[in-house]
Amino acid sequence: MPKDGIGASVKRKEDYRFITGQGAYTDDIDRPGQTHAVFVRSPHAHARIASVDTGAAAAMPGVVKILTGADYAAEGLGGLPCGWQVTGKDGPMVEPAHPPLAVDRVRHVGDQVAVVIANSAAEARDAAEAVAVAYEALPAAASIEAALAGGAPQVHDEAPGNLCYDWEIGDKADVDAAFAGAHHVTRVELVNNRLVPNAMEPRAAVAEYDRATREYTLYTTSQNPHVIRLLMGAFVLQLPEHRLRVVAPDVGGGFGSKIFHYAEEAILTWASSKVARPIKWTAERAESFVTDAHGRDHVTVAELALDADGRFLGLKVDTRANMGAYLSTFAPCVPTYLYATLLAGQYTTPKIWCGVQAVFTHTVPVDAYRGAGRPEATFVVERIVETAAKEMGIDPAELRRRNFVPADAFPYQTPVALVYDSGNYEGTLAAALAAADYNGFAARRAEAESRGKLRGIGLSAYIEACGIAPSAVVGSLGARAGLYECGEVRVHPTGSVTFFTGTHSHGQGHETTFAQIIAERLGVDIDAVEVVHGDTSKIPFGMGTYGSRSLAVGGSALARALDKVETKAKRIAAHLMEAAEGDIEFTDGQFTVAGTDKSVGFGDVALTAYVPHNYPIEELEPGLDETAFYDPANFTFPAGCHVCEIEVDPETGAVEIVNFAASDDFGNIVNPMIVEGQVHGGIVQGVGQALLEGCVYDDEGQLATGSYMDYTMPRADDVPSFSVSTQTTPCPHNPLGVKGCGEAGAIAAPAAVMNAVHDALGPRGVSRIDMPATPARIWQALNAA
Amino acid sequence: MPTVKMSVNGEAVSGEVEARTLLVQFLREHLRLTGTHVGCDTSQCGACVVHVNGVSAKSCTMLAVQCEGADVTTIEGIADGDTLHPMQEAFRDNHGLQCGFCTPGMIMSALDLAGRNSAPSEQEVREWLEGNICRCTGYHNIVKSIMAGARAMAAGQGG
Amino acid sequence: MHDFTYRKAGSVADAAARAAAGEDAVLMAGGMTLLPTLKQRLARPSDVIDLGGVAELRGIRVEGGAVTVGAMTIHDAVANSPEVAAAIPALAALAGRIGDPQVRNRGTIGGSISNNDPAADYPAGLVGLGATVCTDRREIAADDFFAGMFETALADGEIVTAVRFPAPEAAAYMKFPNPASRYAIVGVFVARTGGGVRVAVTGAASCVYRETAMEAALEADFSPAALDGMTAAADDLNEDIHASAEYRAHLVGVMARRAVAACGAGAAGG
Repeated sequence: MPKDGIGASVKRKEDYRFITGQGAYTDDIDRPGQTHAVFVRSPHAHARIASVDTGAAAAMPGVVKILTGADYAAEGLGGLPCGWQVTGKDGPMVEPAHPPLAVDRVRHVGDQVAVVIANSAAEARDAAEAVAVAYEALPAAASIEAALAGGAPQVHDEAPGNLCYDWEIGDKADVDAAFAGAHHVTRVELVNNRLVPNAMEPRAAVAEYDRATREYTLYTTSQNPHVIRLLMGAFVLQLPEHRLRVVAPDVGGGFGSKIFHYAEEAILTWASSKVARPIKWTAERAESFVTDAHGRDHVTVAELALDADGRFLGLKVDTRANMGAYLSTFAPCVPTYLYATLLAGQYTTPKIWCGVQAVFTHTVPVDAYRGAGRPEATFVVERIVETAAKEMGIDPAELRRRNFVPADAFPYQTPVALVYDSGNYEGTLAAALAAADYNGFAARRAEAESRGKLRGIGLSAYIEACGIAPSAVVGSLGARAGLYECGEVRVHPTGSVTFFTGTHSHGQGHETTFAQIIAERLGVDIDAVEVVHGDTSKIPFGMGTYGSRSLAVGGSALARALDKVETKAKRIAAHLMEAAEGDIEFTDGQFTVAGTDKSVGFGDVALTAYVPHNYPIEELEPGLDETAFYDPANFTFPAGCHVCEIEVDPETGAVEIVNFAASDDFGNIVNPMIVEGQVHGGIVQGVGQALLEGCVYDDEGQLATGSYMDYTMPRADDVPSFSVSTQTTPCPHNPLGVKGCGEAGAIAAPAAVMNAVHDALGPRGVSRIDMPATPARIWQALNAA
Repeated sequence: MPTVKMSVNGEAVSGEVEARTLLVQFLREHLRLTGTHVGCDTSQCGACVVHVNGVSAKSCTMLAVQCEGADVTTIEGIADGDTLHPMQEAFRDNHGLQCGFCTPGMIMSALDLAGRNSAPSEQEVREWLEGNICRCTGYHNIVKSIMAGARAMAAGQGG
Repeated sequence: MHDFTYRKAGSVADAAARAAAGEDAVLMAGGMTLLPTLKQRLARPSDVIDLGGVAELRGIRVEGGAVTVGAMTIHDAVANSPEVAAAIPALAALAGRIGDPQVRNRGTIGGSISNNDPAADYPAGLVGLGATVCTDRREIAADDFFAGMFETALADGEIVTAVRFPAPEAAAYMKFPNPASRYAIVGVFVARTGGGVRVAVTGAASCVYRETAMEAALEADFSPAALDGMTAAADDLNEDIHASAEYRAHLVGVMARRAVAACGAGAAGG
């Protein structure tokens, strides 16, 4: 194996530019003649727009143009599309119009009403304040409960009762029958708290129009530039792909929030030809809070039926999910196909039913956020399993073991549509328990008690479905896009390699991981490999990065493209060595003829491909540049077990995480260092959800947590260092045997932390604490118990 | 408009700015030193941390005109030519960054700590980072990086 | 933010003159509150008078058992001053926990107390220690200085020049921070002084105040147990998404007991 090949913790190739301040993020891009945009946004959660007067603002210094919803509507262009149509019990979901600039009504605080374009950002902001919008405020429905109440204010006329869809999976009567024979039923009510993604780089965009070529270019903070080009070009602005280039340069974190096609992208692109100058917009953080799609926001009642031995007989889950004011790009699939299908967890629960009501509210749209549906499912399953263990007096680890899908049962068909590919749940549980010294917990609890602290331990044995696929299946479930990936391996004449990938790296380290695979497969030095992503003018096509798909799907496309390169290179090598193609072997960058000492290096073959003097030109085209599209056969199913141990200060309610151990199965691993980093980051987002982060709207629909003064971002002293390790059962259906690691921490951690909190507080009579388990909430619960 | 003169990364610079121009805007927009970032508007995230007269400061919470005559150091100014600063090396060696957006502020903040405490404990590093938010790394490797970077700096001075 | 005229003051007198001349001038110390406020366009001053260049306002002096901190002295200087650590360790500890390191590198005692944020730390230190605020016009006892939410006894254009802290026999500050902003949800400064016990509370109410019942209990018995079962006696405690008034009242008791314990331990606490 080359030293920088698969399995090595190679230091990241991309780091040099970031640690020297040379990263090129969207806001770092300045185009000649650039103007600046500031959006006028609704201060109301719900209002009728009586009038928009731009006269005074237009006369202010530096103002170039002001455009309103009426201007946009007059051109007959499209609204922001939804990429997934869920069909409920009563037919297709309600899919209301989503104008990029509001015309007659605003539906959440932050809804965009007009855009002011000026010579400087400060002038644009000054003028935006002078745009006079006459609002007639209307009552708002700012929560699921408020939106479903009788007589609730309607978010959209076409969605009576504010219902987007009422969907279910499983046969309820069948599940009820399983419950009828139960020895014990555990019931939990859960809130999966609403989160604000908060990638550290605020969203930004720069759009420009070239009159000579009639080409639009949009630089944007996106996880998937091709998807933005497709959605914005085909559905919103009606621009053909060949005249629309979308570039996602260095992107400062995404976590889902930069998947979606946002209004600002379309409005800037549209306006750029009107002002005939480039336009830049960069969100202020306060703006991000009210425009980036939020995550989670479920209210759930779940029941688990068990027999006398603690075997799961059936699970019923009834969930209400907040969609916000409009359907964001992939919102409808999150609480359905990415949630309810995961409710088997790691267990053999034979009967499962889940009903989901998706609800419109006067809040920011809700969509995928790190984990997207799977953290919500894991939280339901792992909270109810832990609660059942407590109720039945069975050790929580033992109850899980009794119900695990056995390691020899794969592929395993769950009752909720998925076929798990591979796994060893006993293995990750055992490793996590050992790392956490589970057996020593009782002594640690007793010691903590002597110091007046309440100590608790909690497990979370999670499963996730990653690398969303196959296209035909997701299409049948309502996806309006394919979910393959594309990769192009361009071998240059001197043997160096450029890899063009349709995935996008915004922290994941693709420039290193993909280069390792290429170094391994072609035997080239890792420094001879360049990975290019994020530019629709360079990369053939791509679906981007989300759902832990980049390696499982994008890496598989790379592997297939490398197969093609190797096949063609072997034919060239066979010609050079005057041997039969079938006798050519390729190892460590050398082509050899079996049974002889003949060899030719990869570099020589590459040169021959481009300088085809001695070349089988009649059978083979010159060049060595291969593209593959890979459509996965199935999801991958990373799984594992996280164990969290906490101490509560009962006087203040403060929680300290004293230990956190994770054992994860991500299939084969290319770069262990990067994988560990992904797990660390995911865990802290999960800890954030459990203990710190909660997005709060007041009854009028004003965001009460609209800045870091009130929305608690996890900080370094909120968390400890972590013990993370991996177990490996390779994915059997993709060429690299990989499963995906980006979301595991965020999926597993909330349940582990909250199980620990409940374990600590249970003996004091506390039965329910909702996330985030803040000191105030814990103190209150202890006080009330 | 006021003219402001200061030293940035050892070079004398000047510019005409509005009084309301923040130091970070002066660095990014006037000097095109875009390594210093803006991640929030409440002075909390620390992506904008630079050094002013040798100590860390949030360049989003200073006016450019306040820095008249000051020595300002940004992320672009800490490497010695092609030789990375030990703290930069430590971040790379310990995978102390993912998306890289918070990284310049983290490194500049870390340098202030390392200047005061050549062997900070994990807890000291975590407390010091109160003013620097990272959403990617979970801090685990940032803390490792800073501890290693501080040690490397001390060793470099000793040797 | 809106634009304004920036003026750098050369002396206290110069600052006072410029402030008086400006149509709607504001004084800027470290700018840690003023600049975020201006960025949010919550204020629109005509002139910003920067005190950053006024050398006479900087520095720490210890004499006759009192610590005098110049108004433009940054928190970091107080936190790391060996003189302060020797005379009033609880004051150094308090300063070392204000905001984050970058705030401590810029933020000043004069700016903090003139702003009088109800959740700021210094007001508790001043009231707890019975400090004296010196201005360019007079001296004001800390008990009289903090007048209400973001309000002080300062007249228009009056400039804080220094704060004088008498050294206590023992003192400690305990803060329970807001998890998001890290300002105090409740901070309690307890001091045993020659003039009696003082218990000052920040974060809990609209303005720093003294818990007189706790002071009386501690006069009789300066031990944590003396406060057992006691919570904040004040009405109208703050209530927000992070903490109810009831929780704050409870935390005042907890933080006060812990501060007393820290005093007893002989350490700085806080």
